[in-house]
Amino acid sequence: METVATASLPCALFPRRGKGSPAAGGLASTRRFPYNESKRKCGAGKIAAKFELKPPPYSLDALEPHISQETMSYHWGKHHRGYVEGLNNQIVGTELESMDLEDIISRTYNKGNILPPFNNAAQIWNHDFFWESMNPKGGGKPSGSLLELIERDFGTFEKFTQRFITAASTQFGSGWVWLAYKANRLDVENAVNPCPSEEDKKLVVVKSPNAVNPLIWDYSPLLTIDVWEHAYCLDFQSRRNDYISTFMEKLVSWEVVSNRLEMAKARAAEREREEERRKQEEEHGSTPGDNEATEMYLDSESDESEAE
Amino acid sequence: MALRTVFSRRTLASLRSGLSSSVTPTGTRSLVTFSLPDLPYDYGALEPAISGEIMQLHHQKHHQTYVTNYNKALEQLEEASNKGDAPAVVKLQSAIKFNGGGHINHSIFWQNLAPVHEGGGEPPKGSLGWAIDEHFGSLEALVSKMNAEGAALQGSGWVWLGLDKELKKLVVDTTPNQDPLVTKGPLIPLIGIDVWEHAYYLQYKNVRPDYLKNIWKVISWKNASKVYEKECP
Repeated sequence: METVATASLPCALFPRRGKGSPAAGGLASTRRFPYNESKRKCGAGKIAAKFELKPPPYSLDALEPHISQETMSYHWGKHHRGYVEGLNNQIVGTELESMDLEDIISRTYNKGNILPPFNNAAQIWNHDFFWESMNPKGGGKPSGSLLELIERDFGTFEKFTQRFITAASTQFGSGWVWLAYKANRLDVENAVNPCPSEEDKKLVVVKSPNAVNPLIWDYSPLLTIDVWEHAYCLDFQSRRNDYISTFMEKLVSWEVVSNRLEMAKARAAEREREEERRKQEEEHGSTPGDNEATEMYLDSESDESEAE
Repeated sequence: MALRTVFSRRTLASLRSGLSSSVTPTGTRSLVTFSLPDLPYDYGALEPAISGEIMQLHHQKHHQTYVTNYNKALEQLEEASNKGDAPAVVKLQSAIKFNGGGHINHSIFWQNLAPVHEGGGEPPKGSLGWAIDEHFGSLEALVSKMNAEGAALQGSGWVWLGLDKELKKLVVDTTPNQDPLVTKGPLIPLIGIDVWEHAYYLQYKNVRPDYLKNIWKVISWKNASKVYEKECP
C-alpha cells in the first residue's frame, strides 16, 4: 500500500494533483479543479513541458448535422489549437512554465488586472470543457440528484432551460454561458456565515465575457456553451438562438454534467471538513499536520521513517 | 402619460437617414425609432475584399437585428420612464448600449466602405492626407497600426481612426463589443472597421489579419475626408 511518506515528504504541504477525483487521493487539494487531467507530457519528475491540444471525445464529424465537421475543423483545429500554441509560446522561460493550467488561469487573471497569457490559458480550459460537455447523442433531460438540484434551484427543468437559453442569447459580444455549482466560502478572515444551510450550495446560471470562466469566481462549472460567433456562424449564420436550442435539445451530455456535479459536491464537502479541522486546530491549539506527520512516521515502513 | 401616434413606428423621412420621428396634432412628441439604412451599393460590389454573402447577412440580419432590438428597448424605456420604474430603466441600459451602439457603428461602417470603381481604397488627399502623414508618418504606418490593434482585439469589437475634436488630433482606438467611439472620449469616427467574427468569418475564417489586410481596398477615404473637413475646415 502506498503510504503518504513515499509521495515525497517535502510535497505533503503542496499536494500533486493526482489523476482522477479528489476522493481518490487523501491530500488532493480542494482548491484544485479536478475536471481535466494533466495534459502535459510529463517525465518522472515535475519537468516543465508544453501543453498539448486534447481532441474532443468524439470525431470531428460526430456532431453532424447539428455542428458540422467544417465548424469543428476550424473551431478545434484552428482556434483551440491556436490557444494552445499561443500559451506555450507565452510561458516559455517564465514561472508559468511549470504550473498547471488552472493555476496559470488563476495567476494570470490576477484579480481582474488580466495578464496576456490569461486569454490563451482560459480559452484552452474552456474549449476542453465545452467539447466534453457535448455528446453526439446528447440532449434530453437529466435525472437523479442533478435533476433534483435543478428543480430545487430553478423550479422546473423547463425553467432552468429557459434561464440558460436567455442568458446565452443576451451575452452581448463574445463569451460563454455556464451552469455552475456555487459553494464558495467567504474569503475574508473573520466573515462567518451566521445561518449556514444546504442552500448556500446551489446551482447558478452565469455569463462570462471573452475568455473569462467561473473558476475565477471559485465556482465549479458543470456545463458550458460557447457563444463566440466562430462557434456557430458557419452553421447558423446570425441565428444564435437556433444554435443554443440545438445545443440544449441535441448535444448536452447530461451524464457528464451529473458526474461533474458529484465531483463538485465532493469538493465542497472536503472543503467543509478542512474548514472544520482548521477551526478545531485554532480552538485546541494543536496542529493536525503534526499528528499526521507522527502517524506517518509510526505507520510507515519506508526508509524515511524515524520510528526505529 | 405620453401619447403615441400611429406613425411612430413607420419611417416617414428618407430611408437613407434611418431616422424617423413625428409629432402629433397636439404637439406631444412620440417615440423616435430607427430603421435599417440602405446600402449605397450592391451587396456584391465590394468583392473580392468582402463577399456578397457576408455583406447581405451583415446588413439584412445582423444590422437589422440591432435596429429591431434597439427600437424595442427604446419603447420599453419610454414605458418604464413614464411609469417612474427606475429599476426597469436601469436594467434596460445594457440592451440600449449594445443595440443602439450596433446600429450606430454599422451605419458608419456602410458609409465608410465603397466599391473600387467609386473610389474605394483610393488614398486620402487634401487635409486628411496631410494630417495622417503628420501624426503617423505615412498612410502605411497608420494602416499597420490599425491592423495590429484590430488583430489583437480580444473577442468582439471595432478598431477606429478617430478625430479628437477638442485637441484636433487623429487617434487610433478600439472599442469592445458594440460600444460606439464616443464612449472613449470626444472622438469623431472617421474610419471604423468591424472585427466581430460575423464581419469576416464566412470568407476569411479564423484569419482576421487577412480580412484586415484586404478591407483597405474598399475603405472610402473620400467619406473620411468629408467628415474630417467638416470638423477641421
